[in-house]
Amino acid sequence: MSDNKMLKVIINDKELMVPEGITILEAAHEAGVKIPTLCHLDLHDLKMVNQTASCRVCMVEAPGRNALVPACVTKVSDGMEVRTDSIRAITARRMAVELLLSNHPNECFTCPKNLECELQALAAELNVREIRWEGERMDYPKDLSSDAIVKDSNKCIYCRRCETMCNKVQTCGILSGIGRGFDAFVGPFNNIPMVESSCTYCGQCVQVCPTAALTEVYHMDKVWEAINDPDKYVIVQTAPAIRVALGELFGMEAGTIVTGKMVTALKRMGFDAVFDTDFGADLTVMEEAAELIYRIKNNKTLPILTSCCPAWVKFIEHQFPELLEIPSTCKSPHIMFGTIAKTYYAKKNNIDPDNIVVVSIMPCIAKKAEAKRAELTKDEHNNVDIVVTTRELGKMIKEAGLDFPNLPDSEYDHPLGETTGASVIFGTTGGVIEAALRTAYEWMTGEELKDVEFQQLRGLDGVREATVDIGGNELKIGIAHGLGNARILLENIRDGKSDYHAIEIMACPGGCIAGGGQPYHHGNVEIVKKRQEAIYEEDRNKKIRKSHENAEILELYKEYLGEPFGELAHQLLHTHYEERERI
Amino acid sequence: MTKPQAISVTEPTGEEFPKEKYDELGKFIDGMETTKGALIEILHKAQNIFGYLPRDVQLFVARKLGIPGAEVFGVVSFYSYFTTKPRGKHTISCCMGTACYVRGADKIIERIKENLGIESNEITEDGLFTLKDVRCIGACGLAPVVMVDDKVYGRVKVEDVDDIINQYRK
Repeated sequence: MSDNKMLKVIINDKELMVPEGITILEAAHEAGVKIPTLCHLDLHDLKMVNQTASCRVCMVEAPGRNALVPACVTKVSDGMEVRTDSIRAITARRMAVELLLSNHPNECFTCPKNLECELQALAAELNVREIRWEGERMDYPKDLSSDAIVKDSNKCIYCRRCETMCNKVQTCGILSGIGRGFDAFVGPFNNIPMVESSCTYCGQCVQVCPTAALTEVYHMDKVWEAINDPDKYVIVQTAPAIRVALGELFGMEAGTIVTGKMVTALKRMGFDAVFDTDFGADLTVMEEAAELIYRIKNNKTLPILTSCCPAWVKFIEHQFPELLEIPSTCKSPHIMFGTIAKTYYAKKNNIDPDNIVVVSIMPCIAKKAEAKRAELTKDEHNNVDIVVTTRELGKMIKEAGLDFPNLPDSEYDHPLGETTGASVIFGTTGGVIEAALRTAYEWMTGEELKDVEFQQLRGLDGVREATVDIGGNELKIGIAHGLGNARILLENIRDGKSDYHAIEIMACPGGCIAGGGQPYHHGNVEIVKKRQEAIYEEDRNKKIRKSHENAEILELYKEYLGEPFGELAHQLLHTHYEERERI
Repeated sequence: MTKPQAISVTEPTGEEFPKEKYDELGKFIDGMETTKGALIEILHKAQNIFGYLPRDVQLFVARKLGIPGAEVFGVVSFYSYFTTKPRGKHTISCCMGTACYVRGADKIIERIKENLGIESNEITEDGLFTLKDVRCIGACGLAPVVMVDDKVYGRVKVEDVDDIINQYRK
């Protein structure tokens, strides 16, 4: 593609100049002409473009060519004329959708993607009023093997977005097209159940699936059951990224902070106590900063890698088993929270831990599988019992009949509800390491950190690095989000090509704000940016912005845990990892 | 519940092949100028060596090339030439391509199934035959066509089928 060469194209009689190398679809966008798409997905900020041209929904007429052409992959040429509005093009596009529907389960009413489905939306947009062909249907069993992801191949339209995401962006290589022709579907190696694959359950495939071929495992019923069991004391905790995204499910502007309304909703739904995973995040900072300092002072393994993200933990277990010494041993914030709820909190309030049910509201699908990991479910009770996604919480609030946008604000309960700005930013890429540095700085130097905002750690670039001066000690920090970017960092560490002291990795491109369990962004990356801005705004709004100044955290150590990274802390708040096969 | 894996991290599962076979395949791959775009060629070689492409052989190829197992399986499952199950001593391929089909390939394959007592992609009890229905093999002028191993039988009639099969029973 030459740099600035401009080409003349005529779209529906409108003439315009466009740069060489762009597609008809992009040119049409510039001309203000909408061409419907389905398989196409361009998340350019996240470096993902799905251009399989498999759905044929974007067919347009290019006079001079006999056949219609797919607009999403056909590059414009000089003098090209395009008609998107001819009866031939319109009919062809509608027929493509009709053919997809002829082999699609007719169960929109009860489908989990009802009103969120891109195929359904397209059928409405193209005014499909009748499915003229009753086609043969696929009949594959649902893959319910994992605790996190359901794969229903009968709803697969073979757009291959999941495959592009899994292979090109996340570099996990779990999903591939299998078979050919009518029977083709997407699945793992040898069509093994998902649970036997090396899937990290990051859920990015779910985030981009246009239909319900890939969804999370729903646990909403379990939550209602617990709430309605009079013997159970049901505690709910909300992850940092929920409060900046939940509102979208109720028609509110992306990036609206709805913390107070969310707390009210949870209280009205009947939870016995409403707490904040941010408390767990502050606790994580205490432990992780202490671990970092311990490792630096005692010449132990460096870099230290944050371990808050369960998808990333599973990624390193499968893909880099030789590096299992470097992740922090800290449990993730919501698991730490669950542990504290069933020990410290239970004791303090004289509740039998066996009767406590901890529910985590997470922007994440991987957390569902994490909560079931063997080492986190020992001692006769689970650390966390049930995990539901932001999307599931939205559905539950609707089920409960609450008028969410008009709810008043409420405060979290105490003593596990006091939080800081440091813990809020756990929800975005760069936030965990920034929060840890706010504490590590003061602990290492004994001085007050005046400006708590480490701008050099922020942004949305896939791999970032920065050097932070801590009382004359230079700490080299690496940050990656998206597992493909994490792979680059890890390969450098494995090959001895980097000298980082600390690294933060989040599996989802953008971090938890764009997690697999968040409201569907339908390819609009601007939504993710707005959520990130909201996270930093929430941080600025907090009176206390450093984890080690959280009074309830300090009280927890004083009354119960002892020293950060001490013996009891080790026993309760730290974990271990295991080598897993790569398939 | 994320179950511990039933499959061992280090031990192969399924049929165990002698190390020499893996060595032979490994040597073949090492001897290639580039493995880029060579997956199909490598899988051909692997199927020649092992007779079929079971799980462990596919994973061996994937790890040797540094590509995901799913990608290898995607190719293996796409082409009907590749098989993940052991084959009989002889493979009978009945062409079901358009030309053969309109000249009665459906009746030919029915007769073969009756004779062998198996369906497509199955192996006879005595391990002698595997039956495959394949798409065009590029001999449309001879339609309908049946292949036994590398030998092509053209203009096959239903009444020829038993004789053709019996030649391989000896």
